[in-house]
Amino acid sequence: MAVTTEHSQLPSPSLAPEPKALSRLAYSLFSRTSTIFAFAVVVIFVAVAVFAPLIAPYDPLAQSILRINKLPSTANWLGTDQFGRDVLSRMIYGSRNSLIFGLISPVLAAICGTVLGVVAGYFGGIVDRVISRVIDLLLAFPELLLAIMIAAVLGGGFWNVIAVITVAFVPGFARVARASTLAVKQEPYIEAAVAIGVSTPVIIFRHVIPNIAAPIVVLMTLWVASAIRLEASLSFLGIGTQPPNPSWGNIIRDGLNNLFGSPWPIIGAGFAITCVVLSFNLLGDVVRDVLDPEISE
Amino acid sequence: MARYLLLRLADAIPTVLLVLTLVFIAMRILPGDPAIAALGDMATPEQLEIFRERMGLNAPLWLQYINFVWGMLTLDFGTSLMNNQSVLRLIAYNLPYTIELTIVAMIMGVGVGIPLGVLAATHRNKAADNAVRGFSLLGYAVPDFYLGALLLITFSLNMGLFPINGGGEGFLDRMHHVFLPALTLALVKAAFIGRLTRTSLLEVFGKDYIRTARAKGAREPRVIYRHGLRNALLPLTTGIGLSTLATLSGSVAIELVFNRPGIGKLLISAISERDYAVIQGGVVIFSLFVVLINLLMDLVYIVVDPRIRVQ
Repeated sequence: MAVTTEHSQLPSPSLAPEPKALSRLAYSLFSRTSTIFAFAVVVIFVAVAVFAPLIAPYDPLAQSILRINKLPSTANWLGTDQFGRDVLSRMIYGSRNSLIFGLISPVLAAICGTVLGVVAGYFGGIVDRVISRVIDLLLAFPELLLAIMIAAVLGGGFWNVIAVITVAFVPGFARVARASTLAVKQEPYIEAAVAIGVSTPVIIFRHVIPNIAAPIVVLMTLWVASAIRLEASLSFLGIGTQPPNPSWGNIIRDGLNNLFGSPWPIIGAGFAITCVVLSFNLLGDVVRDVLDPEISE
Repeated sequence: MARYLLLRLADAIPTVLLVLTLVFIAMRILPGDPAIAALGDMATPEQLEIFRERMGLNAPLWLQYINFVWGMLTLDFGTSLMNNQSVLRLIAYNLPYTIELTIVAMIMGVGVGIPLGVLAATHRNKAADNAVRGFSLLGYAVPDFYLGALLLITFSLNMGLFPINGGGEGFLDRMHHVFLPALTLALVKAAFIGRLTRTSLLEVFGKDYIRTARAKGAREPRVIYRHGLRNALLPLTTGIGLSTLATLSGSVAIELVFNRPGIGKLLISAISERDYAVIQGGVVIFSLFVVLINLLMDLVYIVVDPRIRVQ
């Protein structure tokens, strides 16, 4: 027990970036117009999602036969859809879906992927062979195709979509975690920990995981954008967020089913997806450049 | 060469078996009762029993597994629950449209992407480079189905230049139908391939043999294409392979946007109709395609870089 107490007094490398990394992050973030713009978009997006009930002018589900297929006007800024629902309100509520899926899925995938990757990388042998083989196979599939195939089996709905996006991302995290674990395992401090008799779980949680955290965090931020896009695609395909609940993807789907009505639902929701994904991509690049300079271009 | 080919082919067999096993686990074991998963909670016990009988779900699991793998390998995908057609026939009807879309999109995407990348790499940090960078950032962000919907509204609906649905009859008509869907996918591809070409070219341009080529007086186009691009081909091959896979998955949404026949559309409507046999067939076909494209990628490698053969 004495050993572990001594360890905890050392300045242990932790998940949170050091102050220096934070200030570097802030510097790279605000030194370019494009990333300031991206940061602003993300702040607005999060604010809209959080305060949706306060901002939305109408109930996103309220149908009105009197207001079908209206073009944009002062009453309905983006017009109404084929059920007379206010498109802007639906988009505002739809942002909640994107935010939730965009944040939860990469985090869950990072946890599952890290566990798999670390187990495979640290223990090696037959466990590694089995995990690696399945991971390699799944990595051969594009995330969207994998997600479509899993959703085909599971069906839509909130928890299924979370599961689908998470599973689609797990192989990527597992590969990175495994590769990093293999590298970290060679380090003298692991050998030292083994030599003084630190138990395996403690080695994994205290020495391996903190040292492979950087690439995992980088991947997580890069995949927020992918997760938002993936949720939109699945909802567009009808296997994500189920109507009548609004999601940017199914707003576009409804718009396409109503081609001769108003094009504004499609234009508005698609523009929102593009801006938010672009912004998260730009911010993800910044985080990558600061935390993990080796893998930047 | 022949040995390498055989080795790669032999390696694909366990991969296919593993894919089929994963599909089997996902469809038959994970949902608990696949009959309820397929028909929904509202199904009556009689319906469930009929479904189990038809799908062979009353047999022990190991026998189901053998039947499943054997069925898939002999291309016996069962019959559609919706219209009693054989799933193989449905796939055979839809597959050519998806392949056509993927090929045309890839030709267009590579045809636009590589020149864009060369342009960006040869005009590094100038206006052209920035424009290509902006284009690829946008291409990474814009969802393909949104781009497709915009093109459809603009060129088909408002200007009437292209059909708004269907796959077409005869070569010219089919090309007319496939143009906009393929263009949609190609623009997204071009963003990716353009950026990749730029990165790989810039790396190659830093090499000694490029300086040698210039020093001995080779003309610039020769340096760029003969010495530069030729050596940037290996990373590009990987990129193009990945891009083909992405095109395949993108085709699902695009077939829906342009309302054209294809495996993606077949799969998506099967999901909404809970047509279990068609879902299973569609998932297996997509998986086999992924394995096949990966195999082709490996074969292209040895053409592009003969050194790989030796290893």
